[in-house]
Amino acid sequence: MTALKQEDGPAFCEPWQAQAFALANALIDKGIFTAEEWAQALGAEIKRAQAAGDPDTGETYYNHWLATLERLCADKGLALGDEVADRAEEWRNAYLATPHGQPVALK
Amino acid sequence: MPHDGHDHDHDHTEPPSDIELRVKSLESLLVEKGLVDPATLDALVDRYEHHVGPQNGKKVVARAWTDPAYRQWLQDDASAAIGDFGFKGRQGEHMVCVENGPKVHNLVVCTLCSCYPWTVLGLPPVWYKSAPYRSRAVADPRGVLTEFGTTLAPDVDVRVWDSTSEMRYLVIPERPAGTDGWTAEQLEQLITRNSMIGVEKARTPEELKGAAE
Repeated sequence: MTALKQEDGPAFCEPWQAQAFALANALIDKGIFTAEEWAQALGAEIKRAQAAGDPDTGETYYNHWLATLERLCADKGLALGDEVADRAEEWRNAYLATPHGQPVALK
Repeated sequence: MPHDGHDHDHDHTEPPSDIELRVKSLESLLVEKGLVDPATLDALVDRYEHHVGPQNGKKVVARAWTDPAYRQWLQDDASAAIGDFGFKGRQGEHMVCVENGPKVHNLVVCTLCSCYPWTVLGLPPVWYKSAPYRSRAVADPRGVLTEFGTTLAPDVDVRVWDSTSEMRYLVIPERPAGTDGWTAEQLEQLITRNSMIGVEKARTPEELKGAAE
């Protein structure tokens, strides 16, 4: 049997985790998803990840959180997968085109 | 030619990792569409990083230990009693307080994902979100308690509560012996986050003294 991890660690290990956390909760607060819908979708995402070999020890929790957020946003037509991928490319190019030390902005 | 000029590193900014870009892209799309407000996002992060945590739950438990009318209120309508401190949950989320006693020990889990009483305990620890805890808390609660150093007499009834998006549980641990006359503020020092999830008991006055030395 796997031993339980007992160390706590910080609430968020990296800033993106906090941003993903806030995005989902902002959408729940606005009533765009219900809390029930969110919990079911997150539970299903964790099961899918487990089936695909994720160790599911809690460290990858925010990866599942983000995947759930992307899936629900796509299902509801808020932000489709292609739209997000295109936007990521635009951001990547914006970083590459911005001199070091300057603020990065989309054109 | 890439990576050969000394000045090369200064004419661009290194893009963030793929996962950071995914979040940033989603956020910028949702903001543009008017679905989320950046200030709301910052406020949410600030609230959960700095303002909400087990210190809220400690106040609730210490008052339950010292005020019988409040304790009854927690049993009758925990959401309202907790709201009396200004600790308000999200819409549609009901709090339930479960009390430990000499013959009853309560343990909280979320077998589905990570539902947790945020308003009183903040965000859950990593182990609460892990598969071993989620499955073993139900299959072998005494084994889980032993791993946290908590041993119970064989005749104690262990009750496991599975949290959902609608029902969140707060364990009211047993008030330790030798604390007669203590104020709520003194009692708060004995209450731990883990004791309010139910994996441990509240600290004893001896343990508190030992920890301070």
